Amino acid sequence: MEFTLITLLNGLSYGLLLFMLSSGLTLIFSMMGVLNFAHASFYMLGAYFAYAISAKLGFWPALFIAPLLVGAVGALVERYGLRAVHKYGHIPELLFTFGLSYVMVELVQLIWGRAAVPYAIPRELEGPLFTLYTTTFPIYRGFMMLIALLMLAAMYLVLTRTRIGLVIQAALTHPDAVEALGHNVPRVFMLVFGGGCALAGLAGVIGGNAFVTEPGMAATVGSIIFVVVVVGGMGSLLGALLASLLIGIVQTFAVALDYSLLDLLGRLGMASGPDTPGYAVLKLTIAQTAPILPYLLLVLMLIFRPRGLLGTREG
Amino acid sequence: MNRLTYKPLDLGRWIVWGGYAVLLIVAPLVFNKGASLSLLSQIGTIMIVCLSYNMLLGQGGMLSFGHAVYTGLGAFIAIHAMNLAAQGTVWLPVTLVPLVGGLAGIFFGIVFGYVTTKKSGTTFAMITLGIVELVFACSLMFPEFFGGEGGISTNRVIGKPVFGISYGPQIQVYYLIAFWLFVSTVAMYAFTQTPLGRIINAVRDNPERAEFVGYDTHKVRYLTLILSAFFAGIAGGLGAINFEIVTAENVSAVRSGAFLLFTFIGGVGFFFGPMLGAIAGIFLTVMLSDYTKAWQLYVGVFFIVIVMYAPGGLASLILLHLRVAKHAMYRRIWPALWRVVAATALALAGAVIAIEMLYHLTLESANGTEMRLFGMQVDTARAPGWMAAALLFAIGAAWFRQARPAFAAAWNRVNADIEDAMRRQA
Repeated sequence: MEFTLITLLNGLSYGLLLFMLSSGLTLIFSMMGVLNFAHASFYMLGAYFAYAISAKLGFWPALFIAPLLVGAVGALVERYGLRAVHKYGHIPELLFTFGLSYVMVELVQLIWGRAAVPYAIPRELEGPLFTLYTTTFPIYRGFMMLIALLMLAAMYLVLTRTRIGLVIQAALTHPDAVEALGHNVPRVFMLVFGGGCALAGLAGVIGGNAFVTEPGMAATVGSIIFVVVVVGGMGSLLGALLASLLIGIVQTFAVALDYSLLDLLGRLGMASGPDTPGYAVLKLTIAQTAPILPYLLLVLMLIFRPRGLLGTREG
Repeated sequence: MNRLTYKPLDLGRWIVWGGYAVLLIVAPLVFNKGASLSLLSQIGTIMIVCLSYNMLLGQGGMLSFGHAVYTGLGAFIAIHAMNLAAQGTVWLPVTLVPLVGGLAGIFFGIVFGYVTTKKSGTTFAMITLGIVELVFACSLMFPEFFGGEGGISTNRVIGKPVFGISYGPQIQVYYLIAFWLFVSTVAMYAFTQTPLGRIINAVRDNPERAEFVGYDTHKVRYLTLILSAFFAGIAGGLGAINFEIVTAENVSAVRSGAFLLFTFIGGVGFFFGPMLGAIAGIFLTVMLSDYTKAWQLYVGVFFIVIVMYAPGGLASLILLHLRVAKHAMYRRIWPALWRVVAATALALAGAVIAIEMLYHLTLESANGTEMRLFGMQVDTARAPGWMAAALLFAIGAAWFRQARPAFAAAWNRVNADIEDAMRRQA
């Protein structure tokens, strides 16, 4: 019970972090049809900006300034890079962001070096939040979940309750009609792209010190968030939320489970040794298979439900 | 296409392919210094990979982030086959090892391709990324097959030499690669002329219509991917022979990304584009990394510049210039062209100096802040070097801004005239 609850909580907080990342990606994709390959790089940028700012001004200003800066960088990228490529179609746009992810990792290494930087959790947020049976749950995990939920609520309100949110929603499906009504659709695109990047930056600010802030951090989450977007259904925000939580929880549970098929066979009373056929597969523990689970989920999803959990269109 | 006619002797075709063969034979005799033979061998292998990759991207419109799955797994199977042959378990001459890699490529193409080719466009790209991550993660789970951290190594000299060929010396390996490269190039070119090669173009350009005419787009993409995986596997086998080691890095997303970069830089719209891309790619990665730590930055920026300003790649740039030269109109763009090129070179020099100094400052300042740059001693902690870099860059950039409109105007005029002339001829 204790194990289940704590793992569930950890999985939830990881899943929510994934959602912060994939929500921006989904928003940009559903709006512009651009799959932003460099999205995880903006996450990394957020962590590094937060590290640099928190060294000067402290963590709390960084929490606000870093995402805004990342958003500004994203808007600039859209304005001066992506918009020029837009006329060639979606594949060159994807290629552009792919090249951008290379360059951003290199620039980060150029400025902050190749090793991890000591971006630490602020002192106010250290320590346990509560103790469940015997295991403590750190404050920072709770803080991460709180930020993610606040962001979710804010995004929901902005998209459904504000004027700009309505314009964005309309531009999703009918960009020409929105433009005809006098709205500057390219600027809306720039805003959405910058906003999506800012969300990734925010995830970087709170994820960077929960995990490690290093140049490889973009690559570690990069592929996972694409899995989230495809599994959730391309362009569905709610689907992205479900898929993030699913993947977060599944992966956290899997890492903690040290059982293999061999144990199962042992329970069933079947003796097996190194010369049993398929021993290499049998001796794998669930924890060892954890890294492939998201991708396995992706493949299974594509075979059995190609449009994803909540997707509406077959891409 | 009015080229599909078969005269008794298509002279142009014989000259092109014969010249290609001669080039492959002569190349190691011309470039015979130091490591150039090993470079040529790598270029040959990567050429096959990029050509096979272009079957997907250029001819099929399938942007794959997971092509290394087929080269890498082909390489693993090939190297295991070589080790088995060395033990005497199976009979296999080294010459045919690439074929084993190719068959492995077909097998994995059949397995993975079924899932990936269900979709096209962006979704296809994402799924291939998922597959490559899946295989890469598997490499940590099955160290028996993937060799764990150290990879699987082998010795390519198996058994007695046949006709004096033992594949010990690098030159023999080069000619093996050249042979397979030639065969693969011919086969892949032939593929573009087959009905399947034509239909995949149709599926790329307008899948709905292709479906309407009665073709199953999934099946067309699937078949193309299997064939592409075959050639990728051949390249994997050649790589295994060349390096005598295969590591998990060979099936990674990073490697797949490199194939994508090279192919796109070369130009996806032309059959020979990926071959240029392979040459450029090897120069950018293998040679540039000897000179500078910043090579990945340069590769990334170069790629972005190609995507933004020359989406047809190097091949289209060369062909456009050849067209201007053919119509003898170089005189008209030359005055504007040299200004733009010189301005770009100036700005580039400034940027490169600044980047190199920054790299030195952040990554290597522990060993002193001084560094050698283009034969000069520069202190990265003092102002003069930085000012020189900034000055070069500023002059170059300003000159470029000033010279660009004239060049663009001249270029557009010349190309409009050429198109006029071509229309009049037609």
